[in-house]
Amino acid sequence: MPSLLKAMNSQVGRKIMTGITGVALMLFLIGHLAGNLSIFGSADAFNIYTKTLMDLGPLLYVIEAALAFLFLYHTVLGVSIWLKKRKARPQSYDTYKTKGGPSHQSLASRSMIISGSVIFIFLILHIIHFKFGAEYTTMIDGVEARDLRQLVLEEFQKTWVVIAYVFVLALTILHLSHGFWSAFTSLGMKNQNRSKKIQMTAYAFAIILMLAFIFIPLYIYFTGGQGSLITY
Amino acid sequence: MSKEMTIHLKYWKQNGPSDPGHFEERTLDTVNEHMSFLEMLDVLNEELQLDGIDPLEFDYDCREGICGSCNLVINGQAHGPKDKTACCQLHMRNYKDGDKITIEPPRAAAFPVIKDLVVDRSAFDRIIEAGGYISVKTGSAQEANATPIEKEASDASFDYATCIGCGACVAACPNASASLFTGAKIAHLNHVPQGELERTKRVVAMVDQMKEEGFGDCSNFAECEAVCPVGISISAIAEMRRDYVKAVIS
Repeated sequence: MPSLLKAMNSQVGRKIMTGITGVALMLFLIGHLAGNLSIFGSADAFNIYTKTLMDLGPLLYVIEAALAFLFLYHTVLGVSIWLKKRKARPQSYDTYKTKGGPSHQSLASRSMIISGSVIFIFLILHIIHFKFGAEYTTMIDGVEARDLRQLVLEEFQKTWVVIAYVFVLALTILHLSHGFWSAFTSLGMKNQNRSKKIQMTAYAFAIILMLAFIFIPLYIYFTGGQGSLITY
Repeated sequence: MSKEMTIHLKYWKQNGPSDPGHFEERTLDTVNEHMSFLEMLDVLNEELQLDGIDPLEFDYDCREGICGSCNLVINGQAHGPKDKTACCQLHMRNYKDGDKITIEPPRAAAFPVIKDLVVDRSAFDRIIEAGGYISVKTGSAQEANATPIEKEASDASFDYATCIGCGACVAACPNASASLFTGAKIAHLNHVPQGELERTKRVVAMVDQMKEEGFGDCSNFAECEAVCPVGISISAIAEMRRDYVKAVIS
């Protein structure tokens, strides 16, 4: 039988690993959203959340390294599958049309490489933007802590920042609406009725999750950070 | 009364794998609506030969939709617009007078063009050679009920065994992947006790060979299922993935 390394590099293994890393990243997004929504909690809630993460110390580095690995592995697999397709069909068709029906060819599925690439670039800029952004400080229970909330409230009042975030998050709806279903299919889902339900769940998951993400910058922008959901 | 139509054809001409190939165009004025698509190409070839031009080469055998020899990409769709229909069973009544039809060979590095619309699909044979068989002593057929098989299993096996190896799945896949073909050839044996002996070896060998032949990766577009003339579902691919994981774990 093949070694684990060879199996992971087989055409079946690569797809399964894309599915596994995809599911892990979707779970991360749920956690990320939960953390983000704490901005609507008490005045200190968001900073307590970020402080709790920072206080993990070396464990945070391990988590960050694991996340970076997941993102990179998922990206490398996606890009290499895309590159191989050019090799497998060096000459493209003059005319190409989907036959519809059971086909899952759609704007979402055909643009995974584009949406994925934009998300990847965004991710790097997003980390630079907030993690390595301006260091404001605040006091939590008499201890000095980073005031990330202040930075978020400031940044999301800039028009170009809000436009960029909303654009990328909307693009993520597209990526997830195929990715969610595709992950299940990659991991061996074979029941056709279940497949249809999973596709509907995929649309709901992608839209609800991303609209919740999008709500935050839009709310801060349109209320000038003074809306009733933001407590001072 | 049968209707005659004018059809504008644009078709691929290529003198072998190293020739870059090009499109040629010709208008047929006497296309009968009851002709099959291949009979329409026969008429084209008669006209070409009368004009002293090389005929357009295309693959066919049974012309009954069961052998899988024909595999044309018609207006960008493998086997043309009809669901679960091989292009030999596609009839010209599906087109209108004055329609323009583009005909291309299935395009994949693993299917090199032999001439015009004829491609070498022996890559499929090599995938089957890698593991699409069972090792049992041959001889007289055994008594039919000697190996009891549950109906569900035999039905599933038969559904996958209907694959005629035409290569439409590869032709239509945006990645030129052969996952549906390979999955079907694995699943039809893995569903019955006769295939059990080589179950794990089979899936690994055939998946390896698929990559070796230069087919692309599967991206779950499911276009293969949409164009399959016998309607094989992508559950064949899911089964291949499950069997592969079981093989690796074992």
